[in-house]
Amino acid sequence: MSAFTQLRLDGVSRRFGGQAALTELDLTIEAGEFIALLGPSGCGKSTALNCLAGLLPLTEGSIWQDERRIDTLPPERRGFGMVFQSYALFPHLTVRANIAFGLRMRRLPKEETRRRTEEAVRLVRLEDHVDKLPGQLSGGQQQRVAIARAVVFEPSLVLMDEPLSNLDAKLRLEMRTEIRRLHQSLGLTTVYVTHDQEEALSLADRLVVLREGRVQQIGSPRELHTRPANWHVADFMGYRNLWRGRVEQSEGARATVESSGHRLLGEVVGGLQPGADAVVAVRPEDIRVDGPGETRNAMSATVEVVEYQGRELAAEARTDSGLLLHLRTEQRIAPGDQVKLAVDPQRLLVYPADASTQPDRLADAPGATR
Amino acid sequence: MSGAGPGRPLAHWQHRLAERGVDRQLWLLVPALVFVIALFLYPFFYGLTLSFQPTTGGPFSDYARFFSDSYERGTIWITLRIALPAALLNVLAAVPIAYRMRGRFRGKRLVTTLLVVPITLGTVLTAQGLLNFLGPTGWFNRILLASNLVDEPVRLTHNYWGVFFSLVITGFPFAFLLVLSYLSGIDPTLERAAATLGADWRRRFTRITLPLLMPGLATTFCLTFVLAFSVFPSAVLVGNPAGETRVISLAAYQAAYEQYDYPYASAIAMIMGFVELVVIAVVLAARSRFYTGSTGGKG
Repeated sequence: MSAFTQLRLDGVSRRFGGQAALTELDLTIEAGEFIALLGPSGCGKSTALNCLAGLLPLTEGSIWQDERRIDTLPPERRGFGMVFQSYALFPHLTVRANIAFGLRMRRLPKEETRRRTEEAVRLVRLEDHVDKLPGQLSGGQQQRVAIARAVVFEPSLVLMDEPLSNLDAKLRLEMRTEIRRLHQSLGLTTVYVTHDQEEALSLADRLVVLREGRVQQIGSPRELHTRPANWHVADFMGYRNLWRGRVEQSEGARATVESSGHRLLGEVVGGLQPGADAVVAVRPEDIRVDGPGETRNAMSATVEVVEYQGRELAAEARTDSGLLLHLRTEQRIAPGDQVKLAVDPQRLLVYPADASTQPDRLADAPGATR
Repeated sequence: MSGAGPGRPLAHWQHRLAERGVDRQLWLLVPALVFVIALFLYPFFYGLTLSFQPTTGGPFSDYARFFSDSYERGTIWITLRIALPAALLNVLAAVPIAYRMRGRFRGKRLVTTLLVVPITLGTVLTAQGLLNFLGPTGWFNRILLASNLVDEPVRLTHNYWGVFFSLVITGFPFAFLLVLSYLSGIDPTLERAAATLGADWRRRFTRITLPLLMPGLATTFCLTFVLAFSVFPSAVLVGNPAGETRVISLAAYQAAYEQYDYPYASAIAMIMGFVELVVIAVVLAARSRFYTGSTGGKG
């Protein structure tokens, strides 16, 4: 198929009856990249994927494949493979016929169709099931048929719409590896939509975080993991502790924030003036319990809830001033225990609060401003 | 649970029955069963036994009488010649219209209502309309005559075509509603998937939608065929009941209420039912060659 070196989305927007589902998405996809579109449900990630596939016309903007404009082409002429959340296997066709469908539509010679179908079947290890109908397969097998069907005609771009969301946890991990393996061994270019940050971090070369139809951040997994661009992204990337506060002092990249009576020192992301409202973000695993030495950002708290999670415990603790903390620790703690907690200032991120700072999402600290 | 006691075998029994779906809720079926037995099974078997008790001759003499008389025998062919094409046309016309209307769009309810209105009219009103519109002095012929397309009125009523049109008008809404519901039972994502795999709309329809729709079309055909096969009022009102539209139900009516020969009328009714069953069996046999499992849609 027509391979490209660059696929460019230029101000791609989509509205549904006045409701903006996707607003001015600018994104350049290099050949061979694995891009994940990440965000909570309703953030516009599936809309973006359908716009790319040609299943949904754009309201504004354009899509360019190198120098060729493709956003007006119907899906059958874009040559992109797509894996649907529901797999969308043709129920009346055998596994083999499902996989061969794309090749048949391209009217390839019979012999080549047969050979490439066999190859794809082997690739997804379904040799024993080629003559079955999709209804006779398990969820994981159906998933593999869907992937084989989408990659067999060597599409210039493979689109995946939450392909793992219908599988159980164990299979999801297996298929995740499988997808990454296929991406590498076939040299595919992939755009992958998911709401699972862990899935996105582990699979993608680059992540695009969307919220309410707008791009929040584009970056590598590492960038997103360690430096979310705003507190919404932080929230989505697993910073479960989000506390409202007020900046007391700021000095270069460091600032001191007062939150629920605690004075916390952290790294500022985005500009902040003293007196400004701020949101403090901390990952549960970055809160240390009774750690030796660390005295900065120290708090004493009472453990309230403990969940056993294998090597670690996930716990909720409340400080004396009422601030609720989510933390993970390998130490044995139990509800009612008094613990000393501390956070490394490098792991405590301070964001400007914005107008959409919903009170219910943030820690219900009694002393919080506003 | 205490093992001993007289209550246990009883409870055991009730569990076993409940597992097979036998419980007190089954009593809810009684009214329906009474209706089926009183209004269908009893009359059917009454007619069946009656048909073997002719006024003269052996048990099969009424059947022999029907098949030896070419005027009577011919009614089977006459009825099939009307009912089969009418049912086929109804199904074939319903497919493209339902296909266009399977999505959501503004005014869908209005269009559906317009298409379904003929059901509510009844055969007599339809016949009246056909006579007014297609009759020798109807609007249709007047327009043709006025525009000099024909020299004399085209005969479209009181013959084969009158009955045919009547069957199409009254049968189409059934076919349309059935096909529409079968179509909405097919997951629309399948066609989207086919599109991303390179299929244009023509091949999406022929390779994906049509094969999945075929069983539904076969069922729809059977139902509209049965409706058309028992045509009676329109064969009299807009047909030629003495000649080319002397359908089999008319033959049965004449035997029963003009000659008062109930056994013979019953025999004709049995033959009528048998012919219908043969057609349905053929269609259903063809249907079983298609995929009939889940098509993933909301229907």
